[in-house]
Parts: sequence; structure tokens; C-alpha cells
Amino acid sequence: MQDIVIIGCGVIGAACAYELAKYNLAVTILEASSDVANGTTKANSAIIHAGYDPIPGTGMAKLNVEGNAMMDALCRRLDIPFKRVGSHVLAFTEEELITLRTLYERGTANGVPELRLLTAEETKAMEPSVSEEVKGSLFAPTAGIISPWELTLAMAEVAVRNGVTLKLNTPVTAIERRDGHFTVITPKERIDCRLILNAAGIHAGEIMSMAGDTPCETVFSRGEYYLLDKSEGDRVSSVIFQCPNRDGKGVLVAPTVHGNLIVGPNAESIDSPDTANTSRGLNFTRTQAMKSVPSLSIRDNIRNFAGIRANHSGEDFLIGESAKVPGLFNLAGIKSPGLTASPAIAKLAAEWVGKRLSLTEKQDFTDGRKVIRFKHLTAAEKQTVIAENPLYGRVICRCETVTEGEILAALRSPIPPTTINGVKRRVGAGMGRCQGGFCGPRVQEILSRELGIPMEEINLDEDGSYILTGRTKGEQIK
Amino acid sequence: MKEIICIVCPNGCRLQVDEAADYAVSGHKCPRGKTYGREELTNPVRTLTSTVRIEGAAYPRLPVKTDHPIPKAKISAVMAQLDAILARSPVKRGDIIAENIADSGANLVACRDL
Amino acid sequence: MKAQLAIIGGGPAGLAAAIAAHEAGVRDILILERDRECGGILNQCIHNGFGLHYFGEELTGPEYAGRFIDMLKDTSVRVLSDTMALDLTPERVIHTVNTAEGYMQIEAGAVILAMGCRERTRGAISIPGTRAAGIFTAGAAQRYVNIEGYMVGKRVVVLGSGDIGLIMSRRLTLEGAEVLACVELMPYSSGLTRNIVQCLEDFGIPLYLSHTVTDIRGKNRVEGVTVSRVDENRRPIPGTEMIFDCDTLLLSVGLIPENELSKQAGIILDPRTNGPEVYENMECSIPGIFACGNVVQVHDLVDFVSEEAQLAGRSAAEFLQKGSKPAGRLITLTGGSDVSYTLPQKIRFDAMPDRIKLSFRVRRSFGESKIILRAGDAILASFKRSHMAPGEMERVTLPKKLLNEVSGNEIILEVKEA
Repeated sequence: MQDIVIIGCGVIGAACAYELAKYNLAVTILEASSDVANGTTKANSAIIHAGYDPIPGTGMAKLNVEGNAMMDALCRRLDIPFKRVGSHVLAFTEEELITLRTLYERGTANGVPELRLLTAEETKAMEPSVSEEVKGSLFAPTAGIISPWELTLAMAEVAVRNGVTLKLNTPVTAIERRDGHFTVITPKERIDCRLILNAAGIHAGEIMSMAGDTPCETVFSRGEYYLLDKSEGDRVSSVIFQCPNRDGKGVLVAPTVHGNLIVGPNAESIDSPDTANTSRGLNFTRTQAMKSVPSLSIRDNIRNFAGIRANHSGEDFLIGESAKVPGLFNLAGIKSPGLTASPAIAKLAAEWVGKRLSLTEKQDFTDGRKVIRFKHLTAAEKQTVIAENPLYGRVICRCETVTEGEILAALRSPIPPTTINGVKRRVGAGMGRCQGGFCGPRVQEILSRELGIPMEEINLDEDGSYILTGRTKGEQIK
Repeated sequence: MKEIICIVCPNGCRLQVDEAADYAVSGHKCPRGKTYGREELTNPVRTLTSTVRIEGAAYPRLPVKTDHPIPKAKISAVMAQLDAILARSPVKRGDIIAENIADSGANLVACRDL
Repeated sequence: MKAQLAIIGGGPAGLAAAIAAHEAGVRDILILERDRECGGILNQCIHNGFGLHYFGEELTGPEYAGRFIDMLKDTSVRVLSDTMALDLTPERVIHTVNTAEGYMQIEAGAVILAMGCRERTRGAISIPGTRAAGIFTAGAAQRYVNIEGYMVGKRVVVLGSGDIGLIMSRRLTLEGAEVLACVELMPYSSGLTRNIVQCLEDFGIPLYLSHTVTDIRGKNRVEGVTVSRVDENRRPIPGTEMIFDCDTLLLSVGLIPENELSKQAGIILDPRTNGPEVYENMECSIPGIFACGNVVQVHDLVDFVSEEAQLAGRSAAEFLQKGSKPAGRLITLTGGSDVSYTLPQKIRFDAMPDRIKLSFRVRRSFGESKIILRAGDAILASFKRSHMAPGEMERVTLPKKLLNEVSGNEIILEVKEA
């Protein structure tokens, strides 16, 4: 019998696992995908929001500001790139200047520190690339940028290292409830547990139905992005928002912690969670972004992607214990600023769990994580790591300078990657301007060699995303 | 009269070949074009390049080619024969890997040291 | 570590530069090669068609590379393979890393940049659709097929009719895949005509000019692509969609000179070539740093890479032996409106040899036409061409004596229909 089954290992599930791993509890995470962080978590704007958007008094407002404040220590502990670069919300009309004032007041009510309303001149002085049309901005120095998938991975890794069980490729197909506990059914097994944390992201409503709860409203809201080359990475130095609208926070332009520039998203409600890019969505995104930063060089795009937000009409996250199904804790409706709020949501979830199960701290819990990122080392440190392990001297990804040593370290981590994209998320190989054209086959060879499976069976990402169809003539065709 | 593009070299000359006048060629910049124009209409040939398996080398495939152009009609027969070939390292550039492959009249030769 | 001459890249450019510098008397030459052997991309270009200009015979890529590698054997040129250059300073210090020597700083008397180019990716052209497996750049697919011996797909659509795309269409067909179409955005192919004949026409593969891929389907692996016709502004025309059921999309959509190291060193780049601005002797804006091959301009023919690299090799030798060229009279070369770029960008008149080669590309196709070299209103020279296309690099020779008579310091290269 597990104490807790967490369904979903995106940023929310991982944050909960990390928090609950500190206690003497039997915790299992079930993740449908081939890797953690593989849904909404990996495909969003990667922003740590300051907290002036949510309506004062909502849980969202509180969790946003709390989560934001937790990020420095959390990221330092987990060795995750995080930069407090600040954010500007631009106003282009008199009406939008009024919106800025509303946001300022909201932010102040929410407890966002150091908010400032800036004039056009002040804005231009800080961000020379923004449009001449700008009339003013709301500056929030506590906003930041982060790597959402690395944060999620790190939290999940520490959880696994401290005894949490993670099952990948394990979708939940049904949930039974009897005698005050649940049986969570997957294609491979039945798992009994006392409590369920439903962190299934855009699928949270389906889990609620399975457990006998009334499913929450889920609107699949697709957002499309451009990721520009590092040559565009310093086009702006902070997160440049436009005024929020009915559909969300609008199109932003921001540096990324990896040195690129991210542009997006639009917001389009669609019937199914389809993450394909569309020319319509990309055109809209590009046009809107150029409004903020006209000098943007979209021709330096290296990748487009789309993410699906679990949107709904409410002004708050849909989190808490189900009124209908005791023991089912829903962490649903996690739209923006879900990433920012994630550590605060996890703390809250642990409090709820503590009311149902007795929480005693593990004596041997080991927090924290350290990762070698070769390209960030000094010359002397580079010498040292290569002397200890020569494979740090073999560069596999040329664009991002990722070495074989780093890939092998990831393969020996608590949640080893099994796919090309899994390696990419952990060490950054293939994230650069050639988008894995060069290193992809080499990463595939390393995976094949280290995992002991044939090249043809290595996937790009999920099951079915095979890369090779067989051998050339003269070799056995699969 | 037939118009074809010469593929002998990257110039890509536009040739006119007169079938009625014993395949007389015009439009060529060099004598090789003249030969090509005539052959392309009478007996088209191509040099085939591909790879064969190799054992004991740094890479699993050895690049090979026919040592002279072979009739186009023979290409698939030669490709089929490559399936059965297994070279063994060390191989030198120019080594004959298979003689008169698929009766094409050409030898299959290694394109690199391996 | 120290080296008189360090060459970054052991592909065709680096090899030819090393041999030329050695012939010119430099003995301490170091090639830094990131792969495990020299030869660069030629090793995976197993098709023939190389060497007609340089060797006067038709060779495959590995054979062409092999001949140069053999020439190195009799020299004192050292090759550091599996070695990645991470940084280059204006003082000609190269930071490198490999498994054997670890992290090194190599102080070089002269440097030749020969890093080549890389392929443009899907992102560069923002193709909508899913991000399924089965989308490859043509060069990446070429490596899988020719070096590793793996097939990348069974039913293939190729976007881009550049040479690599054409060559791979034939290669995959020979290996048993079905190539359904080759799709080209422009109204003309950027590949060599001979490759259209022997790679597409020989195998009945249709070429769709003025078309592009407008959607990719398939959640995990590509299941199909949509191809649409484009208008004169290269925008897809609604209602012209064709759907191909394929499992693979190959991209041959252009090459970009790989100049990250050049940028780190602060070398001035030309936005038209995306390569370093060079003088008549292939020297960059930083003295003692030279460049050649696809890092300077993307070539169609490796033979011309070798020629350009020999010039860079000889020039580097001269720099090491005699020091910097006198600045003196400086002439700039620029292109007219239908010329996308010209090379070299700058000519030091006093240091210029009797004649130099200028290379350039046109922006659109030309029939019977003239290449005109002009200084102000004065026409210096004109050259006839029966045909010019953006896909084919053009070269003309500029004799020094023509420049004796002109007073201005700007030469313009123009093309005109005859």
C-alpha cells in the first residue's frame, strides 16, 4: 500500500514529490509520458512571474508571490539556471496606461515587492530595443527566467534519490475506490494507495472522472512560440510583456536562461491537445512580438514549438481536496503562473497531506543536487574534470558545447534519459542552432551503447517516435 | 532532335542530339559532351556509388564505386549484389572489392582506406 | 602549446591550406579537427563528381579527401583529431579541448579558419506542423546512410533542391526507399543541373518548383506532409495543397558558414556571405588570421574550395615569413543590385599580385548576359556568360593593371542581360 500516488510528473507533480520525499511516506509517481516534464511543463514561456496579474485575495495571487520568493534558494539548492531579470509590461495607448496602473495596484495588494511605473523614456533607457510607440511600462524587478524542465527534473531526481518511486510510460487507465483507499490501475499493474495527488496537467479532468469526481473545466489553450538563436539573445535584457488580454498574458519577448530569445505565445482554444504549430499562430505571434520589439530578427529562429495550457474560465487554480471524493487532491487548472507557484503549491499540498497522514521527517533525507556544465567551467576547472574523466574532453554537441562526460553523468542520474530529447532536456545537447543535426546521431550511439539497445530502437521522444527504419542494403532489415 | 543536359561535369551544357543524323551532337563545350550526348541516347551509362559492409574497421560501411560507368539498366542488378559483399579491414583506396560486378563489365573499387 | 600556423578544421579547406603552407616553407603546422579523422563532410559524400577541375578526373568525396590526406603524410603537418576549438582570441590564441590533452591554449603565429558551414534547419524556415521524428537535414540523413549504414525512412519527401537534397534523393532511392517528391520554394533549383538529371529524372522523382511544405502531420513519427504552391512573393497559395503520405521529410534548405569562433575573435563578418570579410589574400580583418572554404562563402564545388584554401595557405606562409602587408591603397569591391555578394570584399592594391580571382553569386537567373566591372563611370572589364543562376558561383579574373588606370577606390561588379 502506497501512502500517496502522484499522477503526473510535470512541474507540479515533481514539486509535490520533492516536498513529500522529506517525510516517511511511501510515494509513487505515475507518468504517462516517456520522461518527466514532457507536457505543459516543457512548452511554456519559462517565466517566473512577479505576481501582479492574479486578482488580489485569490489563492493564485498568494501562491504566485510565495513561489516567486522561493525560487532563489530552490534553484541554488538544485543547481538550476534561474535569473531575476525583471519584467516590463508595455503600454501603447492611454487605455493601456490605465491597465498598468490596475496591475500596479493589484501587485501592491498581492505583496509584489519593488513594482514601479515607468515613463516611456525610463522604459527605453532600460530596454532600448522596445518600440518607439511605447507610452510607459510596469517594471517588476522580481520577475525571472528559468529552465522549467530542468527544475522539474531536479526536483524529481531528489525525490527519487530519497525513495520516491517514479514510473514512466505508465498512464492511469482507471481508479477504483473502496474501504477508504484507492486502487490506481495502469496497463502494467494495480497500485493501492491512501491518497491521490492529481497533477495530470491538461488531463487532470480525466483523472477526476476516473476517481468519481466531477471533472473540472479544461480548455486546451495552445500557445505557439519562436526560439531565436543566441545572436538574438540580448535583444532585450528583461521579460517584455504586452498588456494582458482576455486570453492571457499576451505575446512576450524574453531572454532565456540558455542565452536564446523566446517569442510567444498566442492563445488559441482548440478541441484536442494538439501541439502542432500553425502558420496562422506563428504569423500572429511574430506580428505581435514585432509590435513590442520591432528590431527582432525572426530569421534567426532556430525552433518553433507549441504548448497546451490547461485553461479554464476561473480566476484561480482549481486545487484542493475533492468535495465528492475524500482523499483525492486535485492540483488542476494550473494555468499561468503555475510554474512560478509550483513550489508553493507543493508546500500547500504537503500541508493537506499532513492533515490525513502523520508526517514524520526522514532522518536521512538528502537535499540538493550538483551538475557539471562543462561550458560554464573556468579553464582550470575544465582541466580538472577532464583529468578526472577524459570524456569531459569529448564535445558531442558542438553548438552548446556539451561533452560526453555530461551525457554519461545524466545516464547515471536517478532518472536516466532513454531518448534523444531526454538527453537534450538534461544536458542541452541538440538545443543549439543546428538543433541536433550534428549531435543527434552521436547521442543516439551513446544511448544505444549505454542502454544496450540497438540504434533502431532509440526514440526521439515518446514511444513510436522512431528515428531509423532499418539498415541500408547488405544489413538485416528490421 | 532531342535536347538533353550534359551531366559529365558541373557545367551542365545543353546538348542537341540529332537522332536522324547519326546522333550528331551540338551545344557541347568539350569533346566529352559530344560522347555523352551520343551515348545518352544510344546506351546511357552511369557511375554507381554506394557502400558495402566492412568488418574490423572504424566504421561499419565502406564507400565503393564502379571503376567506370555502367549501363543504367544494370544499376539495380549491381545494387542487389552489394547486399552479399563483406569487405575486411584493412582496405586501401582503389582496391578491387568485386570484379565485373553483376556482369556490368566494371569492377567495384574501394573509395577510401579503411 | 605553440604552433607557427594553426588551422581550424581538417576538411577540404583545411587540408589544402595546410599543404599549400607547407609547400611555401612553413614546417610547424597544426590542424585542429573535431572529428576523428580529416576529410570533413567529403567522407560522407560518397557520390562522384568531385575533382574535375582540380585533378582533371571525376572522384567520389572520400577519394578526393583521401588524395589530400595522402599528401599530408609526407609533410611535417600535425593533426590533432577529436579536438574541438572552443574559443579564438584576437591575439591568435585558440582554446581547445580533447580527451587526450584536455583543455589547451594554443598560441599560433598565424591562424587559418576552415570551419566550413552547417545546414539550415526546419526552424530557420519555420515550417508549421508537428515535431515528430522523421525530419532530417539532408546532411544528417547522409551521415546515417553512408557512414553508419542506417535508413532514415521508407517514403520520403525532400524539401529543397540544393545539391545535397538531390544527391540524397538518389541515394535513398538506390537503397530501396521511395522518394515521392522534391519540393523547391524558388522557381528554379539551386542544385547543379546535372544533379537534377541524374538524381531526379533518372529515377522519375518529380520536382515541384515554386512549392513548399506547409504542414507536417504525425504525432510521434511523420505521417505526411502538405505541399502548397507559392506565389511570386513565396507565400503559399490556398487551395493548391497536395498531401503526401510519407514517414520522412528531408530538408536541404541552405548552408550557413560556421563563424562562431570568428565572432568570438571579433573578426568583421559580411552580412551578405555570413563569412569573414577578406582581403585579396584571404586575410580577415584581424592580421594573421586567414579564412578559406565554406566558412567564407558557401561553394558549389570542392575544387574551388581547394583553390581558395591554397591561396589562404600561401598567404599565411607569407605573413609568417614577411609579416603584415602594407596597408597602402585600399580598394573595395561591391556588387550591383542583382549580385548577392562579391569576394574578396577588400583589395590592398600595393600587395595585390598580377591578377586575382573575384567570386560572386547572382540573385536571379540570367540568360545571355554580361558581367561588368566598373569604377565610377569607367568600365574596367566585361565578361560574357550564356547562363547564370543563383545556385552557381561565378568567378572572374581581375588583372592588376586594370586598376592602375582608375582613380577611385571602389569597384562595382554588375550583371546585365546582354
